Amino acid sequence: MLIFEHSRPGRRNYSQSPTTKAEKQNIPQNLLRKSPMLLPEASEMDVVRHYTRLSQKNFSIDTEFYPLGSCTMKYNPRACNALAMLPQFLTRHPLAPEDTGQGFLACMYELQEILKDVTGMAGVSLTPMAGAQGELIGVMMIRAYHEARGDKERTEIIVPDAAHGTNPATAVMCGYKVVEITTDKEGNVDMAALKAAVGPQTAGLMLTNPSTLGVFEKNISEMSRIVHDAGGLLYYDGANLNAVLGKVKPGDMGFDVIHINLHKTFSTPHGGGGPGAAPVGVAERLLPYLPVPMVAYEKGAYRWMTEKDVPQTIGRLSAHMGNAGVLLRAYIYVRLLGAKGMNRVSEYATLNANYLMAELRKAGFEIAFPTRRASHEFIATLKDIKEKTGVTAMNLAKRLLDKGYHAPTTYFPILIPECLLIEPAETESKETLDAFVAAMKEILVEIQEQPEMVKSAPHNMPVRKLDDVKAARELDLTWKP
Amino acid sequence: MPFIPHTEEDVKEMLASIGANSIEELFDEIPPALKTGALTRVPPGMSEMEISRLMLERAQADGFYLSFIGAGAYEHHIPAAVWQITTRGEFYSSYTPYQAEASQGSLQLLYEYQTMMASLTGMDVSNASLYDGATALAEAALMAVRLHKTSHRILVPRTVHPVYREVLRAIVRNQNIEVVEIPFCPESGQVLLEHLEPFGQEDFAALVIPQPNFFGVLEQVDAITDWAHEKHASVIAVVNPMSLAMLVPPGEWGAQGADIAVGEGQPLGIPLSSGGPYFGFMACKHDLVRQMPGRIIGRTVDLDNKPGFVLTLQAREQHIRRSKATSNICTNQGLMVTAATIYMSLLGPEGLRRVAAQSHANMLQLTEQLEKLPGVKRVYSGPCFHEVALTLPGPVHEILQALKEQRILGGLNLQEHYPELNNALLVCATETKTADDLNKYSEMLGKILKKYG
Repeated sequence: MLIFEHSRPGRRNYSQSPTTKAEKQNIPQNLLRKSPMLLPEASEMDVVRHYTRLSQKNFSIDTEFYPLGSCTMKYNPRACNALAMLPQFLTRHPLAPEDTGQGFLACMYELQEILKDVTGMAGVSLTPMAGAQGELIGVMMIRAYHEARGDKERTEIIVPDAAHGTNPATAVMCGYKVVEITTDKEGNVDMAALKAAVGPQTAGLMLTNPSTLGVFEKNISEMSRIVHDAGGLLYYDGANLNAVLGKVKPGDMGFDVIHINLHKTFSTPHGGGGPGAAPVGVAERLLPYLPVPMVAYEKGAYRWMTEKDVPQTIGRLSAHMGNAGVLLRAYIYVRLLGAKGMNRVSEYATLNANYLMAELRKAGFEIAFPTRRASHEFIATLKDIKEKTGVTAMNLAKRLLDKGYHAPTTYFPILIPECLLIEPAETESKETLDAFVAAMKEILVEIQEQPEMVKSAPHNMPVRKLDDVKAARELDLTWKP
Repeated sequence: MPFIPHTEEDVKEMLASIGANSIEELFDEIPPALKTGALTRVPPGMSEMEISRLMLERAQADGFYLSFIGAGAYEHHIPAAVWQITTRGEFYSSYTPYQAEASQGSLQLLYEYQTMMASLTGMDVSNASLYDGATALAEAALMAVRLHKTSHRILVPRTVHPVYREVLRAIVRNQNIEVVEIPFCPESGQVLLEHLEPFGQEDFAALVIPQPNFFGVLEQVDAITDWAHEKHASVIAVVNPMSLAMLVPPGEWGAQGADIAVGEGQPLGIPLSSGGPYFGFMACKHDLVRQMPGRIIGRTVDLDNKPGFVLTLQAREQHIRRSKATSNICTNQGLMVTAATIYMSLLGPEGLRRVAAQSHANMLQLTEQLEKLPGVKRVYSGPCFHEVALTLPGPVHEILQALKEQRILGGLNLQEHYPELNNALLVCATETKTADDLNKYSEMLGKILKKYG
């Protein structure tokens, strides 16, 4: 039932809006709205009940194990939310004077400093509102750097074929041509392909390390040398930072610019798809181009840094300073963990991933890169199973939902056929991982004994398999009374 | 160990299963020379009690003020139910709804949101949100250029939020798109046909029309929408969603309506929070939907012909199309949209109308009171929604400072963005302001202004 179907003409919530109708009004008649608004007329209780019920139709970290590869679905501590929602923080206007926001600005300044340490970078700007925007800003800085040097012939960005789709899409938004390079059978970037692709036209290389294949690019130092020798810059997609937090700093790997997905590594909520936050960090040579505003600490007070402080900045990429409330949550998270706790994150994320990989292999699943260590995630492939039984990775994913587990990422990276990208995150206990393995084993048996049942999964969810083709062909994007 | 449940026994058993001697061994593929990552400048961890104390102290340092600042972010009452439901773990800690069957809650909510936003803006379809109002405008400009095919010019009046214009320029800079700024009438504070005409000689992809504009003034939207359409360009409306409870929606502007409507969703139940997270919205005419960026939810049926909801038209998106996607946009501001949907459901059409009407009335009342003070007058003659530009008889920064000492934030100094506007203040009054609040402001300003009499 849709919220609109709870609606009855004339019903309203008297406590929620002004009790009297305002009398003063001087808007010209031709500018006044005449058409009705299709908003529900429902009681507060019905609204609360409706959306509470809807929430119960979601899988979430708070209710299910959510081993979604590349998304780092770790527990989101409740304290981070509660403290970021203190009323003084919530009611502060973004344009309020700096001296009325010293508490908030102190948190932002300290977060900048912490992220410099985490990334090994010389400067950090907190403004980007999502991973994709962090990438956009990163590549914009690469472009600004080349342009400032009068180096205008650089027209290409190199992206491995295993990269997130946002990488090539971002490069195009920055006016670059995308050159995709292949991956070798061990899961590393093909060095011959890289060497062949690099040249005076190379603006930069975008790389995720550990890669989306769940393995560490061992040749990173060599790759860094090749790209830098050709005059290009190295972009680090921080999607997988959880795997190396406190072990390796992207700055030390030779990267010039990085974005950090705080909604992954720093445990800010995914919120059903946003809001994220993806601060960018840069090496010395890109400092002049960081987006504004940033926060400075001078003479005992915090203040905004603007275009005046950073005249070569690529500019502003949000109306204020990005997703401030998300940044506050990340700040609280890192203060709860502290240096030791942060160092521990990658250790237990890696332990969980390698344990789960070992147990699934023992259970009979094929691992895509069996000779490699898992980073914080790994890939299982159902290629053989599909050939023998017709059951696909998507079928297995849907069957997992029936058993109370969110599915791993399916069909990404696309170069591994019938893949499941599995990331357990450090906050899951051994019992949870063991129970997940047991569920996966059960499905293996089901695939042999009742393949049709698995192919038609899910069976226990609020809806059965949905018709995507119909959705796209007969577009129904709004409810009509 | 904070948020790590492993016992020593667990670790032993897990390492044994892996066949490794230590956790450190699991990092043996990383070249030793690179292992320099230990964090040294992160402070030691705190307990929940300690961090609570610290954050409370910082929050108290920021305190509460009586605020009359608007300029793109507006204080409105948010019913308690909005964020209590929004922060339920099932909404708060779920991911983008790729697994539709396990995400029907979020998906149905987004479909309801799309319905509400389409109706509010008078457009056919809405996406499931963008980052914020400023980036939504940039995405709309990119969309308009894709639609026009030949022209890469976007006409943007100087009455559009100055930071939105900066963000627009920053985002489209590398895509060979020309942003042309249009002057406005210094008397009415509006963009009139006479200002547009000189820029219409050459083809352009779109005209951006703000309603209300940055000065709070209402533009003559019908005439300038028709003008742009006569030139075969798109019209991009930048609107305050709250104002649409009172104002003609973009879908009804001029003879054909605006083509794309975008804006900042913050007024719909999102706290000010020092600037974010907010959400951008985007709605458009039906035949443009395949050029729209961002997530879109569609209603379909399952194997039993039962209705259900999915992410649809994904062929536009980066995870499928990679370098050929309509945008690099990946996630959106899902949780903010959750709050906005609950907010609109609680308020309903009459509640939203009352909030908008009371905000408008409070602005009129405050303007009336302030204009009685010597030397205070409206800068522009055009009608306003809930925000107004006023000329003061002295330097705005000084006067704002004096008001702040009385714990009043008096508005935004317009000279920061419009150097030609001397002593001009942008003031906003929403429904949250009582008669006492308005009196307090006008009395205090009266006292302060005596110095400049």
